[in-house]
Amino acid sequence: MLNRQGRPTQAGDAAAERHETFTGNRALQQIEPLIFEIGHHEATGVDIETPAPFKSRLGSHARQGEIGLPGLSEPEAMRHYVRLSQKNYGIDTGLFPLGSCTMKHNARLNEKVARLPGFADVHPLQPVSTVPGALDVMRELARYLMTLTGMPAVALSPKAGAHGEACGMMAIKAAIAAKGEGATRTVVLVPESAHGTNPATAALIGFSVKAVPARPDGTVAVDDVKALLGPDVAAIMLTNPNTCGIFEPQIVEIAAAMHEAGAYFYCDGANFNAIVGKARPGDLGVDAMHINLHKTFSTPHGGGGPGAGPVVLSERLAPYAPVPFIHLDGDEARLVEHTSDAPEATDPFGRMTAFHGQMGMYVRALAYMLSHGADGMKQASEDAVLNANYIRAGLADLMSLPFPDHPSMHEALFDDEWLKGTGVSTLDFAKAMIDEGYHPMTVYFPLVVHGAMLIEPTESESKASLDLFVATLRDLAMAARGNDKSRFTAAPHHAPLRRLDETRAARQPVLKWEKPAAVKDAAE
Amino acid sequence: MRYLPLTDTDREDMLARIGVSGVDELFSDVPAGKLLTEPLDLPRAKGELEVERIMGRMAAKNVAATSVPFFVGAGAYKHHVPATVDHLIQRSEFLTSYTPYQPEIAQGTLQYLFEFQTQVSALTGMEVANASMYDGSTGTAEAVLMAHRVTRRRKAVLSGGLHPHYTQVVETLSEMANDEVVALPADVTASEDILAQIDDSVSCVVVQSPDVFGNLRDLAPIAEKAHAHGALLIAVFTEVVSLGAVTPPGALGADIVVGEGQSIGNALNFGGPYVGLFAAKSKYVRQMPGRLCGETVDADGQRGFVLTLSTREQHIRRDKATSNICTNSGLCVLAFTIHMTLLGQAGLSRLAEVNHANAVKLADALAGVKGVEILNESFFNEFTIKLPKPAAAVVEALAEKGVLAGVPASRLMPGAGLDDLLIVANTEINTDDDRAAFVKALAEVL
Repeated sequence: MLNRQGRPTQAGDAAAERHETFTGNRALQQIEPLIFEIGHHEATGVDIETPAPFKSRLGSHARQGEIGLPGLSEPEAMRHYVRLSQKNYGIDTGLFPLGSCTMKHNARLNEKVARLPGFADVHPLQPVSTVPGALDVMRELARYLMTLTGMPAVALSPKAGAHGEACGMMAIKAAIAAKGEGATRTVVLVPESAHGTNPATAALIGFSVKAVPARPDGTVAVDDVKALLGPDVAAIMLTNPNTCGIFEPQIVEIAAAMHEAGAYFYCDGANFNAIVGKARPGDLGVDAMHINLHKTFSTPHGGGGPGAGPVVLSERLAPYAPVPFIHLDGDEARLVEHTSDAPEATDPFGRMTAFHGQMGMYVRALAYMLSHGADGMKQASEDAVLNANYIRAGLADLMSLPFPDHPSMHEALFDDEWLKGTGVSTLDFAKAMIDEGYHPMTVYFPLVVHGAMLIEPTESESKASLDLFVATLRDLAMAARGNDKSRFTAAPHHAPLRRLDETRAARQPVLKWEKPAAVKDAAE
Repeated sequence: MRYLPLTDTDREDMLARIGVSGVDELFSDVPAGKLLTEPLDLPRAKGELEVERIMGRMAAKNVAATSVPFFVGAGAYKHHVPATVDHLIQRSEFLTSYTPYQPEIAQGTLQYLFEFQTQVSALTGMEVANASMYDGSTGTAEAVLMAHRVTRRRKAVLSGGLHPHYTQVVETLSEMANDEVVALPADVTASEDILAQIDDSVSCVVVQSPDVFGNLRDLAPIAEKAHAHGALLIAVFTEVVSLGAVTPPGALGADIVVGEGQSIGNALNFGGPYVGLFAAKSKYVRQMPGRLCGETVDADGQRGFVLTLSTREQHIRRDKATSNICTNSGLCVLAFTIHMTLLGQAGLSRLAEVNHANAVKLADALAGVKGVEILNESFFNEFTIKLPKPAAAVVEALAEKGVLAGVPASRLMPGAGLDDLLIVANTEINTDDDRAAFVKALAEVL
């Protein structure tokens, strides 16, 4: 039977006992067509009066012919997007243990203050004399970031984590060039466990990448780093706590080895949320570290951004920070927007982005910091670590831990050793979690662990929530071992859609809506 | 602390279950002496009311665009955003979700990305668009790198009409990557001879239209010469509303089109977050940076959407990826696509027409002020005027009179000898009263 979309309603084995519906909808789960299928070219949801006749100054550039975009009236648009939203899982829906991504609670206070006209309706190029409050926010955010990291400088402008990585690595490249070693120091060391952004960033700005092998206990050994050091090495990019959720025990020795060899230590700060108020990167020998405001300081992830990636810098790198930045002359704050305008003793390497960075995110992150205070941020780190270890303790007898010798920090890493012979893969297990009402953990990352499952509950979960989560995963684990294979391999059964064919999407890419051929023909 | 659900009793029970005596035992890998024992020198936790007061005081010190006659543009524009947009983007399922790694429970995000890609390709006249970049400037730098990959050449020519911040972002990244950039000097009246720069060594030519001074540029001859020499044309815009009124770059031969999408759906936010639009010819799709959303089917044959062609991306290809970008501008994309859906082509055309009509009115009025000269032959909603005095001082004096008049060219290009130029934008938010206030105040100041 075909529903009104012309699609089969026979939804496979799990749906056999369900009644088909005329519409194809399932109560709150509504099939929602694309705007191109419901809108019209003459429709609009914004009332704008046509201006009185005037003499155009577009010259020969006036658009000929129509754009080809439908519009929707306001009620239609509202319904379209509300229905779409109902097909999404967010932190507010339930536990979202996506390791490395830090899906913690997004306080609405932060949304409210970011929308104050004095922040939201301020232009980056209006006279500086009319935006002292904006400079206050940047100064105050910088003070918090420098204090929390124990670093003397911060470049605020990078737009997200990977952009911050690029900024930090550019500062390193500039410092190396200033020493006249630009032609020789061309290699960046990156552990095998690193985020993909690390090697991609190094390559983006012209470095070649050498991998640091992973030790059997999930950490990086100073001896392995030393073996790779030489006059050709510019820096190491090391994540701490690392992507296996372990605080690198030899981090201080690694930093010292880098410095002794005339190289720099870039720290990927994606996991800084585990140690805020507990340890400072500045005390560990870090030269540059980006901070994902959307992870550690809870600016909303928004379905994939926007983020913000300020970079804290050591004394050695601070002079090379890109424009724009705020220069403090006594208590006087000056916005430096041009390299030609840079104060003495600074040598900015250039500019990362137009304007001054993610002001909207600065405001939200600062509101988060003010709300938590020094005490609350330390407690948040401790609770995040406690929650991760509590989950680990609750599952360690059923699921396999690749690195049992180190305590976990803010995330617990399992591998798929325990699934061997069950016919259930890490992906199957993740999809079965969807049926239980959870967003899956990060899967197949880090790459150093086979079939990785990286669970980061964050500090936002109550004990009751963690207990239910652990009980659910235990039930699933026992089912996987107990030959209840279809619960996994055919999962999800209860999501808005069943498992999607990603191979087909890549083999025959359809990247935009095209008018169906039959409709085209009829129109011609 | 209102955001932390654990009680002290919970914490004790949990530590016991884990089998440690205190939480610091979990931090045992932190090297000796590096675990902080004293609280950091920052204030203690505050209630919601107090935080709101502190943030409110800082916000109140700024002059908001909505509170005065406001003509500031040059890459970011104040437009009216329908109330529906901000309501919808704050729905929990959009706001608190993440990159759709699990497509079965992220169809909301994926479908709007697919719709967004379709909208951007229609607006720009291009075959394919990605799911966004951070903003127009970083998108432009990525477009240059993409052109280098396509052409296997490493030299970019930048028009003197390109927004100076965009030029600097391209120059910074290119210098780091050891690529060559030829940036032409500031070109106020669109009279540069960019064709003379194009030869067989050039990878791409980057031209902005409307340019930073507001001029509309002839892209077709540039595309033609670029193609004759195996180079690509990268067309840039900072005011996406212009695409409602002018010929799209795709129809003029552009190979990559990149621009700032802030004007639709997004607030000024003192410069960010914004949303970079990125479109190209489909034959170059595998060299594109950023995320792409594609259509597919689920196990029951139902239509659905997934992130696709990710073998271009850093999480798969690592140092061989087309870009290092990961998190992009998801929620700003949503704001853009909702606003664009509300407008439709009918609304967008009218919005563009009102912008242009208002700018023409203002130009005519300003031309009547003694000593003021309009420099543009053509423009959309922004143009450049020449003043008898340094523009920066005039703007300060006008700000004191309660008018935010525009961007002095010297703010963007100090030392370029353009101190007497002012870049003035006029959108649908400006009323006849705003324009009259501007003209009156300017006459007084001059």
